[in-house]
Amino acid sequence: MDTVFGVEYDGGVILAADQANARSILIYQSNLDKITHLSSHSAMGVSGPNADLVNFTEYIAKNLALYELSNDGLKLSTHAQAHFARGELATALRKGPYQVNVLLGGYDISSSKASLYTIDYLAAMTKVHYGCQGYASNFCLSIMDRDWKEGLTKDQAIAIVEKCIKELQVRFLISQPNFIIKCIDKEGVNVIKYGADPADN
Amino acid sequence: MARRYDSSTTTFSPEGRLHQVEYAIEAINNAGTCVGILAKNGVVMACEKKVTSSLLAPTKTSEKTYKLCDHAACTVAGLTADANILIDQARLRAGRYQYQYVEPIPMEQLVEHVCNYKQAYTQYGGLRPFGVSFLFAGYDTHYGFQLYQSDPSGNYSGWKATVVGANNQAGKSLLKTEYGVTSNKEETKEEMKTNDMKGDDVVEMPDLEGALELAVKVLNKTMDATATSSDKMELFSLTLDDKGECVHKILTADETQKVIDKVEAKAAAAATES
Repeated sequence: MDTVFGVEYDGGVILAADQANARSILIYQSNLDKITHLSSHSAMGVSGPNADLVNFTEYIAKNLALYELSNDGLKLSTHAQAHFARGELATALRKGPYQVNVLLGGYDISSSKASLYTIDYLAAMTKVHYGCQGYASNFCLSIMDRDWKEGLTKDQAIAIVEKCIKELQVRFLISQPNFIIKCIDKEGVNVIKYGADPADN
Repeated sequence: MARRYDSSTTTFSPEGRLHQVEYAIEAINNAGTCVGILAKNGVVMACEKKVTSSLLAPTKTSEKTYKLCDHAACTVAGLTADANILIDQARLRAGRYQYQYVEPIPMEQLVEHVCNYKQAYTQYGGLRPFGVSFLFAGYDTHYGFQLYQSDPSGNYSGWKATVVGANNQAGKSLLKTEYGVTSNKEETKEEMKTNDMKGDDVVEMPDLEGALELAVKVLNKTMDATATSSDKMELFSLTLDDKGECVHKILTADETQKVIDKVEAKAAAAATES
């Protein structure tokens, strides 16, 4: 039911997610931020039951923070973070699985490159240029297939994401009025726009 | 009766010392010397091969140098049997890191892991410490080529050049005057500034050839041997190939002999000059 998008461009990654926290016929909250910051230059857009979402993202984020503290500020590359997250999902799979689908995006300062990884709830991972999680993939993957190309600018990437959001709003049965869009580049992880302020309680 | 067990390996003396650890460090001062030198484009480690009986079966790869993973190697000074356990630990750690992050382990983390393992034997268990000092040579993308030394206490530090084992003080003093000396004789013939924050500007890293020659020079000084020969020392180098992969190389007897010859030639030339 959750929608998460990711689009890689030249010098960064755009991550977007809907902001509904719902179960069955009830909407608990419409300003949830489902894109958790992992480190200064990486974040995870996650779909799934709220409990697993929070548990998993906090576990990974805090472990990454511990790594930086234990190793004199050394940063893990996006590749390493993604493999770590996937490894934890894989280990938990046959013990107490997390039902989360993840799009992990990050920017590596050392190589000046951005990367995006998609990890599903069975811990299958692959590096991608763009991705969708949830029912959204049925509507939006084809838009991304057609519009994505090498060397996109940030604005072009955001335009693709907004096109996908519009498509969902027209064609997807479940109404998702609020989306939060974030950008990860050399400046770090920053919010571009949101439908409803996550800080508002 | 309990007094007999007082000098336990893991308790302090009244003066606040851990005697067993100190004795372990002493034990290594009788072991075969190892020199480590950081070069511009690699790391060099040279060891004295103590046992050179002709009856010994030739070893498969090396006697003193051990590969820990694709981008790290170490040389051992001390009890080889103890070292084997620690080398296994290091290899396991490197492998597990690679499994978890699909990336090579940063050097310092590998060294720290081995050292933490050693430290445990100075604090609990009632077992004696490991009688081994290591020189770790490795490469990672964060800090490039690095050289570390660790001792039985579990302490470690990074070095540009260092010596462990027999006569290490003599080796170290030679390195102090000779490491980083360029052809500009006046300003660099002084001793390396130790507390100087700008020390890195003063010291110029040798290239691989220079590092190998310096290593042989140090071994010449530390080994009581009259004539140094290629079968008494083992030279190792860690470099990067053009694909960016690490190359571990143990020099053949011929290559070693060439370096020894070069060093001897230079020494003879210097002698005739002065």
